[in-house]
Amino acid sequence: MRLATRRRFAWLAVLSPPLIWTLLFMIVPYTIMFAYSFFRKEGFSFIPDLQFGNYAALLLDPQYSQVLLRTLKIATMVSLAALILAYPLAYFLAFKVRWARLRLFLYMAVIVPLWVSYLLRAYTWKTILGSEGVLNSFLVWSGILSEPTHLFLYNQFAMVLTLTYIFIPFMVMPIYTALEKIPRSLIEVSGDLGVGPSHTFFRVTLPLSVPGILAGFTFTFCLAFGDFIAPALVGGPTGTMVANVVQSQFGVSFNWPLGGAISIVMLAIVLTIISISDRFERAGRLDLG
Amino acid sequence: MTDRTAIPDPHPLHHSMRQRRRDMSTIGLGAIAAVVLLFLYLPIVVLVIFSFNDNTVTTLPLKGFTLVWYQHLLANGEMLTAVGNSLHVASFATVLTILIGVPAAFALDRADFPGKNIFRRIVVLPLTLPGIITGISMLNLFRMLGFNLSLTTVILGHGTALVAIVVTQVYARLQRFNRRLEEASDDLGAKPWQTFFLVTLPNIRSALIGSGLLAFTLSFDEIPVTFFLTGRDNTLPMYIYSTLRRGITPEINAIGTIIVAVSLVIILMSVRLLRKDNEFDQ
Repeated sequence: MRLATRRRFAWLAVLSPPLIWTLLFMIVPYTIMFAYSFFRKEGFSFIPDLQFGNYAALLLDPQYSQVLLRTLKIATMVSLAALILAYPLAYFLAFKVRWARLRLFLYMAVIVPLWVSYLLRAYTWKTILGSEGVLNSFLVWSGILSEPTHLFLYNQFAMVLTLTYIFIPFMVMPIYTALEKIPRSLIEVSGDLGVGPSHTFFRVTLPLSVPGILAGFTFTFCLAFGDFIAPALVGGPTGTMVANVVQSQFGVSFNWPLGGAISIVMLAIVLTIISISDRFERAGRLDLG
Repeated sequence: MTDRTAIPDPHPLHHSMRQRRRDMSTIGLGAIAAVVLLFLYLPIVVLVIFSFNDNTVTTLPLKGFTLVWYQHLLANGEMLTAVGNSLHVASFATVLTILIGVPAAFALDRADFPGKNIFRRIVVLPLTLPGIITGISMLNLFRMLGFNLSLTTVILGHGTALVAIVVTQVYARLQRFNRRLEEASDDLGAKPWQTFFLVTLPNIRSALIGSGLLAFTLSFDEIPVTFFLTGRDNTLPMYIYSTLRRGITPEINAIGTIIVAVSLVIILMSVRLLRKDNEFDQ
């Protein structure tokens, strides 16, 4: 065989396992789910159909549309809160910590929790915020409260707090990477030209770190948007998110077509956000190290 | 900062004021950084402390040191079975992510094929895609094919959700890899497979092990995909999740502490391995 042909066959052999895998376990399942979203539910069976009732229900039935809006709101709040906390930390690491070993140590300290059991990190807030929890018993013990309050847990505040806590490292990582890439000489030149530090920050540093912010926002928003564990643990009745609705459609409510339609909408929202942030920034890739 | 003393400062007073302001901002930023770090670790510390606390509820003040919750764990057959299931799932899922992820990374790095861009986007999609969508879409597939849900379907789900970790890390490593080393090996008469195993593989080894370890811990802790794809068998996080809904027990804090300790070790190892590659090149 000629070399070029042999090479092509070799690449085909390398490429086919991942290609077949993504086709079989991603493309085909999404397609099935998409098809399902047009089905009808009759009694306890799903009838093949091509109707938009499930999508209409999602948009028009306040029971679903309100949850969708609430989820978008909470995901936005989580992303903003994470940004506000993560940016100063990333900035501090990138510009203020001069000692490289300490910088590496602190950076590791920030990102390591991200990979430590997601469930436990969500659950531990339940033990902190609960009416018999750490915070309440501390406040009662120290005399600030006369009796435990139910205000901390099972509401949207608890959820934003928990999700922010979970996703802060996802925000720090790309912002830090973006800040670290900024040539120090650029900032010094700005200073030497007599531009004040705050001016330098808003005119030089901040614009150059936008790619990192976008990448962090994308991760945080998409993952918070699709979460159903934290709402189940700390959210309570007013904290139901869209993924909880999907979960119940595939469980107790047993309406796969509706659940499929909601999943497709979620998928579309995630893809839209990814392509928007991709358009603004092509280098904001996740750097796990 | 570089040597500034060479340029005489035209406004010495200005300079010292600016310096002071800079010190203030450093202190302010440092304080925020400290608070955020505290915020990140406080809940984990709470979990660990209460796993040793001699009280059935997680309230302050602490009552005294005990190991009884850890003893309960050892006697909890259901939980030990779940640990076994999780180890089984995580091991096979990790092998899958490597078998699928490494060829994908190589193809993305070196081959040109139609649809490459779309392929790249789809492969890394699960990094940002909520797990529930992977779980539900695969549930649809398995039901259509008439598969029974079991730990095997969970393994396939984890493989799909976590392959992106291996792809991104190995791809990043390949991008920095000096191809001349392979050319040299070729010129010296090595067969392609020899070049691969003796030159290429050793160079990406740490990225491979690092991302494999990461995939392992993430699979061990995975819930959203597992939730929809598991049959009667419970993995450890699923077991914990189901007991949580019945109420909090200090036993959960004990198993949680063990999980946190083990994952910390594995993750530190993996992050070190992943970083090692960066430093190697510089």
